[in-house]
Amino acid sequence: MITVKAGSVTFQNVAKSFGAFTAIPDLSLTIEPGTLVTLLGPSGCGKTTTLRMLAGLEHPNSGRILIGGQDVTMLPANERDVSMVFQSYALFPHMSSLENVAYGLQSSGLGKKEAREKAEEGLKLVGLAGMGQRLPAELSGGQQQRVAVARALVLEPQVLLLDEPLSNLDARLRRRVRTEIRELQQRLGFTAVYVTHDQDEALAVSDRIVVMKDGQIAQSGAPRELYEAPASPFIADFMGEANVLPCEVIRWEAGEALVRVSDVEHQVYSVQARTGAAKLAVRPGSIKIGNANGPGLKGRVLHSAYLGGHVEYEVETDVGTLFVIDHDFDEAHPASSDVTLAFKKRGIALIPA
Amino acid sequence: MTHGKRRLNVAVILGVVALTLLPWYRIDGGFFGFGWLAGFPLSSEAAPGLVQIVSHGRLWLAVVVLLLLAAGAMRGIADPMRRGGVLAWVGGIGVLFLSLQGLAIGFSGWTWTLSESLFGALPNGQPAMGAGAVLSAIVFVLLFAFGLAERGVMKGDAFVIASIALLAFLVTVFVFYPIGSMFIGAVQDFDGSFNPDNFIRNMQDPGIWSLGCLTGGARCGVAWRTLWLAIMTGLGSTLLGLAFALVATRTRFPFKKGLRLLTILPIITPPFVIGLALTLLFGRAGVVTEGLSYLFGIEPGRWLYGLTGIWIAQVLSFTPISFLVLIGVVEGVSPSMEEASQTLRADRWRTFWRVSLPLMKPGLANAFLIGFIESMADFGNPLVLGGSHGVLSTEIFFAVVGSQNDPSRAAVLALVLLCFTLSAFLAQRFWLSGKNFATVTGKGDSGAHIALPRGLSIGVHAIVIPWMIFTLVVYGMILVGGFVKTWGLDNSLTLDHYARAFSVSFENGSIAWTGVAWNSFWTTMEISLISAPLTAAVGLLTAYIIVRQKFAGRNLFEFALMMSFAIPGTVIGVSYIMAFNLPPLELTGSALILIACFVFRNMPVGVRGGVAAMSQIDKSLDEASLTLGADSFRTVRKIILPLLRPAITAALVYSFVRAITSISAVIFLVSAEYNMATSYIVGLVENGEYGVAIAYSSMLILVMISVIAGFQLAVGERRLRRENRVAGIGNNGTLPLGQEKTA
Repeated sequence: MITVKAGSVTFQNVAKSFGAFTAIPDLSLTIEPGTLVTLLGPSGCGKTTTLRMLAGLEHPNSGRILIGGQDVTMLPANERDVSMVFQSYALFPHMSSLENVAYGLQSSGLGKKEAREKAEEGLKLVGLAGMGQRLPAELSGGQQQRVAVARALVLEPQVLLLDEPLSNLDARLRRRVRTEIRELQQRLGFTAVYVTHDQDEALAVSDRIVVMKDGQIAQSGAPRELYEAPASPFIADFMGEANVLPCEVIRWEAGEALVRVSDVEHQVYSVQARTGAAKLAVRPGSIKIGNANGPGLKGRVLHSAYLGGHVEYEVETDVGTLFVIDHDFDEAHPASSDVTLAFKKRGIALIPA
Repeated sequence: MTHGKRRLNVAVILGVVALTLLPWYRIDGGFFGFGWLAGFPLSSEAAPGLVQIVSHGRLWLAVVVLLLLAAGAMRGIADPMRRGGVLAWVGGIGVLFLSLQGLAIGFSGWTWTLSESLFGALPNGQPAMGAGAVLSAIVFVLLFAFGLAERGVMKGDAFVIASIALLAFLVTVFVFYPIGSMFIGAVQDFDGSFNPDNFIRNMQDPGIWSLGCLTGGARCGVAWRTLWLAIMTGLGSTLLGLAFALVATRTRFPFKKGLRLLTILPIITPPFVIGLALTLLFGRAGVVTEGLSYLFGIEPGRWLYGLTGIWIAQVLSFTPISFLVLIGVVEGVSPSMEEASQTLRADRWRTFWRVSLPLMKPGLANAFLIGFIESMADFGNPLVLGGSHGVLSTEIFFAVVGSQNDPSRAAVLALVLLCFTLSAFLAQRFWLSGKNFATVTGKGDSGAHIALPRGLSIGVHAIVIPWMIFTLVVYGMILVGGFVKTWGLDNSLTLDHYARAFSVSFENGSIAWTGVAWNSFWTTMEISLISAPLTAAVGLLTAYIIVRQKFAGRNLFEFALMMSFAIPGTVIGVSYIMAFNLPPLELTGSALILIACFVFRNMPVGVRGGVAAMSQIDKSLDEASLTLGADSFRTVRKIILPLLRPAITAALVYSFVRAITSISAVIFLVSAEYNMATSYIVGLVENGEYGVAIAYSSMLILVMISVIAGFQLAVGERRLRRENRVAGIGNNGTLPLGQEKTA
């Protein structure tokens, strides 16, 4: 039976540089036991370095790292109670999937027979019972991925690390596997740190998302919090595309703010806001596009593209060029036609200046 | 950290063994003869270190005991940082002390006058280091490494640090120490005092530097002749190699497979064999010479014995190497470049001259430098063909073994030779690095190479076909030569030579190896079989460290190792006899010196093969193994070694074969007891016994071919993929043995 003892993770003022390049200037982060936390960010933001420091594959220049309350800062990778699922899976090509899963168990001193039994159990856990004799090359991409997860999980680590585990799968499989990973995590209750650059994936699996930029935490919170109350234009744009427009907050009361964009006034949900200049993040799908004489911002269509389920527009207005997605259309507006843009109630977020 | 304690215990126990159970000094009859057990532990010769201090007055060895006690005392200290610091110091001081005392105290007391005036005369000296001393030196290296590991160096990985420290120690002892002591020897007098007179006299010797041939006077100095020969050989082999590479890749030549077979010839051919075969063809009594004289009355000349003959032999020997290098270069030119050129309305001729050839230029320069270095280092062909017109490598040999016996002259000549080869090596390393246009981008490059322009195609065929025939004739001579009674005089066929070399008779039910060659043949096999796995192990371990570990000085480490490849064998040979003839390390005349020589001369090939193979194994496999709780030793054993099997095979075969064929360094190091096949054959040539020499050589070639073929069949394949049942494609998917590229 595979049981886990979920551990917490703490980074205290961790810094890491490679030669002259500073990857992580100063990072402090706490992860609660039993949660799945995603490190999200564009490439080069330091999320993978953070994960590798947690695994012990890189050692920080300063600061402390704690796993389950124990200081592991100087501990080598093989003495830490974590295990990792690699982006490339890193399955040993010369070993069968069972041998792969048993490898870590034997490294930690388990006898051959017990290791095999436990490895069988691990394979069963990820739905690969009876596939133990296959070499990695004889498995499909999704199966390889599951072997990699089983190999990490049978060690019953305090923390499971996942480094872009889905990036080698095709889009349809990705959705299924991420659901499986999340389901497994919730069933067994282990702590997981998940690195990805795909915000859909992050929103789908996480208890908490930590968005990183230039080695620092840009914002962290529950998925919904990040999507609906982004703290900066960067977050707004990164968590699903957004048009970021300048606006002015006229007044705020009871969780709603009245804002003015150009000459149009609009009501928007907001936990709190100060009057004055601010920014408005508008999701492309939250803009209703109408005929020239309708209500809202006046604009002119630069490009329009018909994509089957929806139509995409680029519309030039006083406050900049807006990207608009229209799901509810009868007739597409051709390029160069005059239109008006009205904001819907949902999918608009106020960003403090 | 229990790991740290256990390591420390093992090291300290080894140190105690070195001091109490092993003879400290060298045993004359050989350690593995175990004759020393009779006198152990009290006789002065066989006594272990502790007894040497107490009863034989070697008081200075007490420092070793004190250092070991200090290391043992460290077990009690809990703080790993402090313990590690002290251990590293103990190890470092220990290595330094052992080396210093070994160098400073010789057979009869102080070897340096400085130390004598400082400490006063010693009552007795010491012989060369033996098993005990060597083991304690290794223990100190290990203590140093473990100390650093506890301080968290290299992420606290003791296996990696110990490997680096041991490799650095071994390379210092077996590469840099000999070279260094050779140059010190050059400026020393017989009694060891500083006296640069000989050095200066030799340095200014007109026999080395004269430019007489340019002004119409006598010959040029040996340095200029060697340089000239090396340049001509480099040019010749590069041009021929390019022609071969073009024919093999860009024409519809019918015997391409045969061309590729050519590339294994230099690996299996002992270096002087080509020269020998040329003698049989063009020497004074050679087939061609006799034929011409019979048909046209051309006077048989001695033109072969000199630079011309050496040049022909070297071009024959090294063209396959350059072919192997250039085939990669020619194939590396992306076909899409050529296709782009054609769509830009360039014809084939213009495409070749303006696109393909310029892209190959760095590769051509590389091939030239390889030919240059090989020619400089070549010893066998000049020895057979040089006559009185020697080159540097043979002059070094005669300066040591000949009647002149002038070690200072040998050292000077070696220095000159080393300067030439190292400059070429540095040029190859720095000038050519980063200038490589070979376009292997990892993106799928489709398209085919265009055919050569017609005129060029005819040209390269006109070069390649005659040269191929010539090569075949030369190798044919080697096979046939062993069956001919006496070349030129009596051309009847006979088995006498083989009988003389390899006869076997049965006496009293046991086999008696009566042939003259058996002795050296078995020695060669034995030493090659011992050194091959050592070479492969050291080479691959080095490759692992270079590719997978980041540490300060890694580039320097790699550079120093690769540089030892550019040191000609003759220089190594001379330096070994100068360094290892006297205490502290006395190895001459033993099998050990031959093994050490092979391991450190052939290791760079293993390194190169290992680096190439290891770069193809994704680093995440190592990391996965580490995060699964395996330490790096287990990772190497369970993950990297199984995946490296083709590279291991190649390194094993290659170092085995190179040990058999090498001559330049070996000829200095052989002894009556340990004679190697190659030096025995050279001896036969010098006595004029060409028939037996050729018979022996062809036997060696046959042995090596069967060894290579056997290895390929036995462990050649790596299976990472079985039949793909899901897709139902009958794909056996085996990877071929990685071809070892020589350079």
